[in-house]
Amino acid sequence: MEIFGVPSALFGSQLLIGLINGSFYAILSLGLAIIFGLLNIINFAHGAQYMMGAFVAWIALTKFGVNYWAALLLSPLLVGALGVLLERTMLRKLYKLDHLYGLLLTFGLALIFEGIFRDQYGISGQSYEVPELLQGGVNLGFMFMPIYRGWVVVAALAVCFGTWFMIEKTKLGAYLRAGTENPQIVQALGINVPLLITFTYGYGVALAAFAGVLAAPVYQVNPQMGSNLIIVVFAVVVIGGMGSIMGSILTGLGLGLIEGLTRVFYPPASAVVVFFIMVIVLLVRPAGLFGKTA
Amino acid sequence: MTINNNGMFVRATPLLFGALFVIGLVAPFAVYPTFLMKILCFGLFACAFNLLLGFAGLLSFGHAAFLGTAGYICGMLVRDLGVTPEVGILGGTLAAAILGWVFGVLAIRRSGIYFAMITLALAQMVFFFALQWKATGGEDGLQGVPRGHLFGLIDLSNNIAMYYLVFAVFCVGFFIIHRTIHSPFGQILKAIRENEPRAVSLGYDVAKYKLLAFVLSAALAGMAGATKTLVFQLASLTDVHWHMSGEVVLMTLLGGLGTILGPLVGAGVIVSLQSELADKVGSWVTVIMGVIFVLCVLLFRRGIVGELQALIKRAGIN
Repeated sequence: MEIFGVPSALFGSQLLIGLINGSFYAILSLGLAIIFGLLNIINFAHGAQYMMGAFVAWIALTKFGVNYWAALLLSPLLVGALGVLLERTMLRKLYKLDHLYGLLLTFGLALIFEGIFRDQYGISGQSYEVPELLQGGVNLGFMFMPIYRGWVVVAALAVCFGTWFMIEKTKLGAYLRAGTENPQIVQALGINVPLLITFTYGYGVALAAFAGVLAAPVYQVNPQMGSNLIIVVFAVVVIGGMGSIMGSILTGLGLGLIEGLTRVFYPPASAVVVFFIMVIVLLVRPAGLFGKTA
Repeated sequence: MTINNNGMFVRATPLLFGALFVIGLVAPFAVYPTFLMKILCFGLFACAFNLLLGFAGLLSFGHAAFLGTAGYICGMLVRDLGVTPEVGILGGTLAAAILGWVFGVLAIRRSGIYFAMITLALAQMVFFFALQWKATGGEDGLQGVPRGHLFGLIDLSNNIAMYYLVFAVFCVGFFIIHRTIHSPFGQILKAIRENEPRAVSLGYDVAKYKLLAFVLSAALAGMAGATKTLVFQLASLTDVHWHMSGEVVLMTLLGGLGTILGPLVGAGVIVSLQSELADKVGSWVTVIMGVIFVLCVLLFRRGIVGELQALIKRAGIN
């Protein structure tokens, strides 16, 4: 069976990889968007935190025998706690300054994290075995789907929509949205805004680490896995705009799929297709697909 | 809060520049010339970057693209087409200016944080082109670029001759930046940095001024990159990598954002640190750079030259 002259198995598997990448873009750009909404900083360390999420899972498994399912919970908690610490000790001092300082500080932090892991584990990738429960695959008729890859998409989407639900439909989310609009008034109404900010940063970072654990069995765990990804995620954020949570999720998924399709038809362009789309969006709709003018 | 707000410093400045010029002339007899050339190339690169961030308030996170592209173009012109070095440098500078125009047109459509992300993404695109295009040599880079003869006459394989060319290029670039900052155009850039809506309401075409500043900064960064290629006879992926874009931010921040000499000082410190540390600590260099970044942002936002100016000013008042 062929689709547009491409064997359907190849077509399907590239599309699946596109969908997986898209889920990672969605989780990461979602985290960037909620952090930006409340803290007004772009978290450059997001990629490094994703990498640390994967490494914590790998270290937990190889050194302490902690299995995948525990790591899926443990790693975001640990990396998120580090995020909370960073917010309390450093980021907090920058809120009154130009937004750009937040970007520069988190860039410095990203260099530190990446450097430490490179010194400890080198640049070659470590492999992380797929958990027993999710090994093997199913034949869908037109393609063979490894179960783990399907699981990644399902888990990532569940977390994305859970986050969307929490922000749009719960009381905590209402505080968060109000804090994004006008922190002074929210504070005046008796809500602990600094705590809310700390929690938001920690949650955004934990999302990145969660994506890292999901990624560990799909890709090699290596210190540079986050830095290349984060630049693409920045382009995703520029394309989607950071105004809407659902917008971030849809843009991330859509761009992942387009990247997958590009890999089928013209592989060399797949690394830059997202940047090309960014250029087109900037020319046609500078505020981004879902953005308010920034 | 630039140095010119105070009459005393305006009078002291020509003296300082004169002294630095003399030091620049005699330096290669005291210090290893290649090391000095590296500092001057990165110093010009950082000064060009500072023109944009320090005086127009635009944070570009993609300046490596201009440094690297100009390096590749200069290398190809000199090695593959056999042109003289000065034509190579001009060609590289022109290429960077054109690329700067393209980046600028796209990036000034958004401001602040988005501006930084767009420039970073565009520069990453340039990186992938450099990685995949055969003419750039991919991972190996463009090797064996000859230094050639300046104007067909002066042999640049002599390190001292090469040094004076680099020094001349730096002085030209520095002069252009100095003139720009103190021109009416530079004043308008500062006005845009301080309060963009007000500049718009005064009738200035803000987008045009930003674009011009961006192209100028890119061209000068390119001039530094092309010269650097001649010095090291190599153009490589390192120069287009986003680490390099971060490094130039660090040099500028450490030296003193928005000060005329700060970027040169910052470049000197970072280049010295890297060459000192490279053999001793290996991959910890990245960590140390990161720590300096964090310290600069948290505690030391005026940078070395900015702190010195503040000290002198305080001493002057008392």
